[in-house]
Amino acid sequence: MTPLLSVQGVTKRYGAHIGCADVSFDLYPGEVMGIVGESGSGKSTLLNCLAGHQPPDGGQVVFDTRADGPRDTVRMSEPERRMLGRTDWAFVHQHARDGLRMGVSAGGNVGERLMAVGARYYGDIRHKATDWLARVEIDESRIDDRPTTFSGGMQQRLQIARNLVTGPRLVFMDEPTGGLDVSVQARLLDLLRGLVRDMGLSAIIVTHDLAVVRLLADRLMVMKSGHVVESGLTDQVLDDPQHAYSQLLVSSVLQV
Amino acid sequence: MIQLTDVSKTFTLHNQGSAVIEVLRDVDLTVAPGECVALTGASGAGKSTLMRMIYGNYLAQAGQIRIGDLDIVQAEPREIIRLRREVLGYVSQFLRVVPRVPTLDVVAEPLRAVGTPAEAAEARARTLLQQLNIPHRLWSLSPTTFSGGEQQRVNIARGFAHTYPALLLDEPTASLDAANREVVLGLIETAKARGAAIIGIFHDEAARARVCDREIDVTRFTPGLAA
Amino acid sequence: MTDYNFAYLDEQTKRMIRRAILKGLAIPGYQVPFASREMPMPYGWGTGGVQVSAAVLTPEDTFKVIDQGADDTTNAVSIRSFFERTAQVATTTATAEATVIQTRHRIPEAALTEGQILVYQVPIPEPLRFLEPRESETRKMHELEEYGLMHVKLYEDIARHGHIATSYAYPVKVEARYVMDPSPIPKFDNPKLGHMAAIQLFGAGREQRIYALPPYTQVVSLDFEDHPFEASKADHPCGMCGANDSYLDEVIIDDAGGRMFVCSDTDHCEARQAQGHRGKDAA
Repeated sequence: MTPLLSVQGVTKRYGAHIGCADVSFDLYPGEVMGIVGESGSGKSTLLNCLAGHQPPDGGQVVFDTRADGPRDTVRMSEPERRMLGRTDWAFVHQHARDGLRMGVSAGGNVGERLMAVGARYYGDIRHKATDWLARVEIDESRIDDRPTTFSGGMQQRLQIARNLVTGPRLVFMDEPTGGLDVSVQARLLDLLRGLVRDMGLSAIIVTHDLAVVRLLADRLMVMKSGHVVESGLTDQVLDDPQHAYSQLLVSSVLQV
Repeated sequence: MIQLTDVSKTFTLHNQGSAVIEVLRDVDLTVAPGECVALTGASGAGKSTLMRMIYGNYLAQAGQIRIGDLDIVQAEPREIIRLRREVLGYVSQFLRVVPRVPTLDVVAEPLRAVGTPAEAAEARARTLLQQLNIPHRLWSLSPTTFSGGEQQRVNIARGFAHTYPALLLDEPTASLDAANREVVLGLIETAKARGAAIIGIFHDEAARARVCDREIDVTRFTPGLAA
Repeated sequence: MTDYNFAYLDEQTKRMIRRAILKGLAIPGYQVPFASREMPMPYGWGTGGVQVSAAVLTPEDTFKVIDQGADDTTNAVSIRSFFERTAQVATTTATAEATVIQTRHRIPEAALTEGQILVYQVPIPEPLRFLEPRESETRKMHELEEYGLMHVKLYEDIARHGHIATSYAYPVKVEARYVMDPSPIPKFDNPKLGHMAAIQLFGAGREQRIYALPPYTQVVSLDFEDHPFEASKADHPCGMCGANDSYLDEVIIDDAGGRMFVCSDTDHCEARQAQGHRGKDAA
């Protein structure tokens, strides 16, 4: 089986400071991988390098494209990379307002990616937007309201709908439940789990919340100071961590 | 079906002076299809640890753990995940579920994951919940708020939904009343009859005697405890 | 002789502007940055159009200025007199006689011909601006032809009003490449943008951008398949000349709410009246 994403030796420096160093892994279709670590461990830098938001200083990020098979996205042209960003990739930001157009209605937000790939039939766009709002549990009557009138949890669900409407194959998530109330988090996680399974999505989730990865991720990478210190099956890393830092991370979580 | 060769397990506690605790050494164990083997030994002997290693939840330091064709000590995460989905079931003592998901879906989920159509999966889930005497009115609710006994029975229903070729059972009859205990033992016997290889931990001696073909005292793999 | 250089701007500046115009003509619809100068009039009064006019005018030209179609409004009168003083060019109100026409918010009704130049005053040249405030990002979107956002604006219109309610500055796509803001002309005028015989130049003074449509350029108004573009106007004939096919202004004529509709293109209306056409409100 061809990996959907094959990452080799990705390195990013900020001057003398290491963002992330020599990160390699393969992600297969349908797999969900979590990346955990404390603030400044390089997990967000890595995610941005993988998603094409930042050019890495070294390494390859090979994505198995629909049309041409495996391609190194670091070296492909910017239009091609941005096209991937609108079609096969999705990016869910921690803060919904970074991923939404706050001045545009909920329906317009969901429809934008469709229109960006050439949808020109209003009725269809409207229909798909309505369908997706329902799938992320937003009442249809809110379709023409702006996200500024939505709660934090609704905004985050809207961001997910907007990202998934074009049927991407790989979703990048940066702290998708950060800043939400615990009860809202649970609902969002449940929703994400269902969507990931039903759509057969692959996902890379950056978070510092171990409960999030336990629920969503098949596998886990633990990062510290820009390096991957441990990786493996999620429950194995959480229940039987091998590296000193992973042990510290796991033992630092309050038991409820 | 399940074969362990020279398996060892140590815990290294890096944050407690790098203490190294040797838990299991040179475990050899084979379970054939249709066979049920009980792990015995005093509390702390490493029964649960061994069970978790076979499930891939704990990492073995040495040796081979083969389930069917796969050595899970060397396997990739995705191979272990597929193994758990299709081949290896595990009924733990504790139910761990996503909040908000209805009981019926919790039980049907393992079948859905192997591609069983929704209707067939739900029908099987209903049968199991009925057998295990979970009141019908609870099926549409999340089990997170259920009593301990109800949660355990939901867990058992979930574990027996898919016909796994290999099964790990951690205290499946503990804290069950006589009627439900009988149902669970019946499920185990059915699984054996269809050829499942089963490893179990049973404190319930009568249950152990009834369903298990062999007993293995884990103490003999425990450094320091072995005679 | 005046104390000003011909058409107010110095020759170096005019060359710089002409280079921008030529580049704009070479890449239809592309916004060319230029070093906009301070003009002796406030921004918003057509400084972009005035600089473009100054750069293309020759002593032999005949110059016409319209504001909302009219030759006699303050803005049109002051720009016309500005070039009368600084360039001593002949001026006219007759569309057919003009070689350079500077306009704000209209395209003349009469078809323009080869050899004529239409100069538009543009307040905000970037059609994507209201949806994407970052200039770096809008440039990238033009570069990569990422125009989905333009349709989001039209989607919002239909969602809110049941139809595309954008009635002026209606976005167009030029030669199937650049999306362009045609300046705040009514969408009634959009069909005239395409395949026009005259050269069309667009100047935005405050925003420092020039763009252009060479003669006979393909210009398509954006729309949805199930909500096609429509060039609409008030459903009345002109009260003065009776024209059924011209863009109309609504004029309130008394305190009792009385109103009449008249051609916004004053030259067109007067020419028709001179030919004997009469509307119902004509004296």
